[in-house]
Amino acid sequence: MSELLKNTIRFILFILVQVFILFKMPPLHRFITPYLYYLFILWLPFSLSRAGLTVVGFIFGLSLDYFSKTPGLHAAACTLIAYVRPFVIGLLISQEGADKNYISPSIVSMGWAPYATYVIVLTFLHHTWLVLLEWMSFGSFLYFLGKVIASTAVSLLLVLLTELLFFRKQKFRTNTI
Amino acid sequence: MRNVFLFIRRHFNFLFFLVLQIVSLSFLFRYNKFHEAAFMNVSTELTGRINEKYNGIEYYFQLKRTNESLVKENIRLRQLLKENYEAPDSNRRLVMDTIRVDSARSILKYNYLEAKVVGNTTALQFNYLTIHRGFAQQVRPNMGVVGPQGIVGTVVNVSENYATVMSLLHRQYKVVVKLKNGAERGAIEWDGLSPLFVTLKDIPKSAKVAKGDTVLTSQTSSLFPANIMVGTVYDIVPDNASNFYTLKVRPATNFFNIEYVYVIDNMQFEEQKRIEDSTRKKVQ
Repeated sequence: MSELLKNTIRFILFILVQVFILFKMPPLHRFITPYLYYLFILWLPFSLSRAGLTVVGFIFGLSLDYFSKTPGLHAAACTLIAYVRPFVIGLLISQEGADKNYISPSIVSMGWAPYATYVIVLTFLHHTWLVLLEWMSFGSFLYFLGKVIASTAVSLLLVLLTELLFFRKQKFRTNTI
Repeated sequence: MRNVFLFIRRHFNFLFFLVLQIVSLSFLFRYNKFHEAAFMNVSTELTGRINEKYNGIEYYFQLKRTNESLVKENIRLRQLLKENYEAPDSNRRLVMDTIRVDSARSILKYNYLEAKVVGNTTALQFNYLTIHRGFAQQVRPNMGVVGPQGIVGTVVNVSENYATVMSLLHRQYKVVVKLKNGAERGAIEWDGLSPLFVTLKDIPKSAKVAKGDTVLTSQTSSLFPANIMVGTVYDIVPDNASNFYTLKVRPATNFFNIEYVYVIDNMQFEEQKRIEDSTRKKVQ
């Protein structure tokens, strides 16, 4: 399957899962909104240019927004993590040329610890920006902090489950440079 | 000039990112204020269709409960039929004036339009419902929406065949209601904490309030007819500093399994709004 087709299917699936499963669940607690959809951005291939990533992030966020009737909210958060992603990868990648030898960031291509850090940093960033925008007009700093931390924890758990359930095998590609 | 171009080229990614951020933020703030955003009409039509497909499956799981709530509503309405009320014969028996019924068309104020709920969220801070009835079926923005058990929200956005309804569980929702005992008016809002409760404010402390009291719509809201169920008082939040009560109200509508709603068309809304607006202009 080509990368483009694979990512298109992922795009649709992540939006549907977020809208029809995670948003439909009765809320566990007022601090917790489970988010998983942004994993799509973390899974995008290395080869995408920076501007390309930002555009994809924007469109992806906006399409979720049109479902949840909050145009711009998720788009802003997704654009942010899509823009920051290359910097984080650049800092964390362990072996020289891993971003050329593998297709996309994963446990296999980056290693456990760097990949976990990558996910945690971007999840935290995404949630902070999202909740900040959501709560801008409603104040209460404690609330903001609680919601960011609780939602991040739940999202990380979901990401872990997804990574274990849908383990992405990645081939080592040589002679590609 | 050359330096400007060089600057743009060097920082192209960052500038591009900033532009997209600004675009999304402007979308967001514009929508929060006026409920309009670019492509909103097209997208409502599209997401509405996808929601409908999903609802087609989900609907079967709710059939039993939906049926129950509709039957209950039917019983309530049947009990209001005039055949059920018969006073013993006396020479002061009240006779219904049947001529009035014929001419009632011109004084009909509220018209009910039924609609199926195809999309609904309860887990967010800004919750909306999507209903399968739109501009082509006489739905317009600013119409009240009630369910079989009580009020649900207000229509904010309309596309050709779908409409989005701002739910009672929305941070910006506000509606004027009254207490059944005493008829003191206040405003219902949602504080975003739990989808099971909303807050009733601005009821003066002079009112007699007890837990379990009924809250109904007020005729001053002009979106809803008077005396439609809103909810019951669950708790009285102690606040000695204020002259007004803060009441925790449990909404009558169950937002988790709502399947059918009625959109309320206030036929005299335009006229009322016109005179209110003109008064406002005169005072200024």
